[in-house]
Amino acid sequence: MSQGVSAIVNGVPFEGAVPANELLLDFLRDQLGLTSVKQSCEVEVCGTCTVLVDGAPVSSCCFLACDIDGRRVETLEGIAGTPFQRCAIDAFMRHAAVQCGFCSAGMILTVKALADRRVQPSPGEISQAMSGNLCRCTGYRSIRDAIIEILRQREGAPE
Amino acid sequence: MKADVTAPPSAHQSSGAVGRIVERADGRVKLAGQAEFTGDISVPRMLHGAVLRSPVAHAEVLAVDVRAAEKLDGVIAVLTAGDLADIDPFYGHALRDRPIVAIDRVRFAGEPVAVVAAETQAAADLAVTLIEVQYGALPVAASLEAALAPEAPLVHEEPARPGSAHGLGPLPEREGNICYRYGFERGDLERAFDQAAVVVEGEYSFPAVYQYSMETHTTIADYRADEIILWSSCQHPFLVRQEIAALFARPLDQVRVIVPFLGGGFGSKSYTKMEPIAAAVSRKAGRPVRIRNSVDESMVTTRRHNMRCRMRTAAAADGTLLGRDVDLWLDTGAYADNGPRVTATAADAAPGPYRWRAVKVGADCVYTNTGPAGSYRAFGATHLQWIGESQVDEVARRLAIDRLDIRVRNLLRPGEEVRPGGKPLDADLVGDVQQAAAAIGWDRPRTARRGRGISVGLLAAGAHPVSTATVRMAADGGVTVLVGTTEAGQGARTVMAQIAAEVLRAPVDRVAVRSTDTRYTPYDRSTGASRSTTVAGMAVQRAAQAVLDALIETASIRLETPPGQLRIEEGAIRSGTRSVTHSELVRARFGFDGGELLGTGRVQPEAGTGSYAEGPVFWEVCVAGAEVEVDKQTGVVRVLQTASVADVGKAINPQLVARQDEGATLQGIGNALFEEMRYTADGILMNNTLLDYRIPSFEDMPTSMSCTIVENGDGPGPFGAKGCGEGVLAAIPAAIVNALADAGVPMNVLPLTPERVWRRIQELEQETERERT
Repeated sequence: MSQGVSAIVNGVPFEGAVPANELLLDFLRDQLGLTSVKQSCEVEVCGTCTVLVDGAPVSSCCFLACDIDGRRVETLEGIAGTPFQRCAIDAFMRHAAVQCGFCSAGMILTVKALADRRVQPSPGEISQAMSGNLCRCTGYRSIRDAIIEILRQREGAPE
Repeated sequence: MKADVTAPPSAHQSSGAVGRIVERADGRVKLAGQAEFTGDISVPRMLHGAVLRSPVAHAEVLAVDVRAAEKLDGVIAVLTAGDLADIDPFYGHALRDRPIVAIDRVRFAGEPVAVVAAETQAAADLAVTLIEVQYGALPVAASLEAALAPEAPLVHEEPARPGSAHGLGPLPEREGNICYRYGFERGDLERAFDQAAVVVEGEYSFPAVYQYSMETHTTIADYRADEIILWSSCQHPFLVRQEIAALFARPLDQVRVIVPFLGGGFGSKSYTKMEPIAAAVSRKAGRPVRIRNSVDESMVTTRRHNMRCRMRTAAAADGTLLGRDVDLWLDTGAYADNGPRVTATAADAAPGPYRWRAVKVGADCVYTNTGPAGSYRAFGATHLQWIGESQVDEVARRLAIDRLDIRVRNLLRPGEEVRPGGKPLDADLVGDVQQAAAAIGWDRPRTARRGRGISVGLLAAGAHPVSTATVRMAADGGVTVLVGTTEAGQGARTVMAQIAAEVLRAPVDRVAVRSTDTRYTPYDRSTGASRSTTVAGMAVQRAAQAVLDALIETASIRLETPPGQLRIEEGAIRSGTRSVTHSELVRARFGFDGGELLGTGRVQPEAGTGSYAEGPVFWEVCVAGAEVEVDKQTGVVRVLQTASVADVGKAINPQLVARQDEGATLQGIGNALFEEMRYTADGILMNNTLLDYRIPSFEDMPTSMSCTIVENGDGPGPFGAKGCGEGVLAAIPAAIVNALADAGVPMNVLPLTPERVWRRIQELEQETERERT
């Protein structure tokens, strides 16, 4: 069984039918070739498949593709070249907050949702906000430091 | 130096390429989401694989009916044991004990029984559910106790066959379910214990742990008449090539292993994992097949060994350590995987880095009907250090000696023998542990609910010192390094580029290190045992030196200056006021607007055979301190601060060293506090998702985490470097256990879950109560 979907993915309109049981993760990777979205735990714990739906982070492994109907989806590919992306990459590089890189796309999108709220959370609040994104390599400290820097720089910055 | 900030200071510490923070070579491509992992690759005509796994832990396979699966739309092939009759289908680098898919018998819940290759993943997944298997139940030995009991069911009945790459010398015969035995005895143990003023003894238990590399095991195999091609998330491509060649009776050059970026490894992708299954099903389908494990499949593909241990430690009244007596049993699951090596390394870690009058260690590697156990970062040392170090603390407590002082008194000094015939100690352990103690405020007063602990240990590192590398310099002066080290996140490509750049005085950003393809990349034994910077790095250093020698030779002719009077500058060679660039020198050498300089480098054992007994290449230092707080109402343990010491000889890139220690610290916190794979008595893994197997998150970060880098130039690698990244994982659980004992709760079982800690607190309170009445 298929279902008609009309959505905006990375700024590009998508019109078409998707199988009713297809996961957003598989749709993005296999149908649209957006391989920055990674698959790992499949139970909405690790955050590596995070994408933004109407600006809010969701785990695409537990989200039906047909449920993006009428909504806006962003993956890491969709923010390429934006001031936020440049700022995020520079901060992650400066702190060496990337190792194997498997969690990075999900991390950066979760940070984007945080930055878009234009708030200055404490380090503790950052840890809480990021607790749905696992990283097995870095020990988190460098990522947290990069996030503090990103949020500071993005405060008051234009969209 | 103290790496207390995660971002580099604005000024570089040195002008060369080595010894300073250099931006990760692979960072930007990863952060842009463009780095290619095996699961991102699609090859023409590729099929999708799905594995049917046994639901029971021990059974005869009476019948497998694949007819319904084969009829399903989109299914191209279904592989079962019957398809393997024309080859010797057993593999295993230590013991050749494992069939590609189960033959006649399954030995653990999760063992592959059949594999489907189909046009879509959905068809493959559905087809697997249509395969009917009849199992004939056999008695299950799903724990060490069950497998070591008299009359225990045997996991393997056929005679043992040694694998091709274990490096452990002649293997002893299997006894019951004990597949490997290692031990040693030095000095007069009975006398040492007779002379003791204090004897500490205990029984301990360490859990099975899941490595969790975020990228699960993923392999694409394309079995062709002329060549078997594998794209695989593997740490040891050259050992995979060797095993695949042996399985399918092909010469080495007809097996090609390509390794894209790895989404973490930590040992879980060492040796051979899903490659034989993928190759076998591709052989049957006649098309390339991709197999990607889910997390629950990776959990039964490999894990850390659970262990039971008995240890006693004897000491004189003045705190001199006299003797240690250890027996340990490691549960390697249904197939040996790297169990024998883990067993030997655990036994070698058991005495700890101390001077003893006598030690005796016996270690057994035991088959059970559970998922196979293999390598996980700092294996052996992580198993033993918390036990040995908690006994040293207990000796100090009974003798009222400071816990740092007792270590300083007994620790081995540089040059002293660690194990007979092996490499003497090549590190300043006293200095290292003093730094860890200072970093956590050893002498500061503390409150009642808090405790501090330090721990020190050694890990035999470097595995086999066999690596080769090629350095190429193109006519534009650009450099490409071909080296078989797998980039799994540790930063190996960056470090290799720094080493080549330092030798050649080339700009670091002109040195490219690409992924391994065994068709073109020269041989490297493995990526593990903290060996890459030290061993592969030395091959790169030598290869770069060969290119530099050619540049100097050409410059000497071109500038009419003897080689000894030339000055090597960044990107050029100078004589007086005249200077020629690398690019000009390459072209001058060929007399043509093209050409390329090639240098090769080789590392091999300098003496002997490079066997395990003669090693290690270096001793990796395992030193850390921790401060914890325990809530005695709930049993919850919180890690307030950790301090790690990276004794690396020379930090090629201090930022990457710090990142290794921080990552190992969080894994150490997980191993110490909550990570544990739990099985039913029937051998079924109960917590097989990340919902109920918890991995440390942002919120598990200690309030303060420091990493001290020690550079004494005492490593055997390039510029005095030696490896790092594993030792801290062994040291952190030990420091936490000792800190918790310091807060009044000594423990002999990991992980330190709130329930276990709370029960122990109740026990201790009842004991105190009894003593009072």
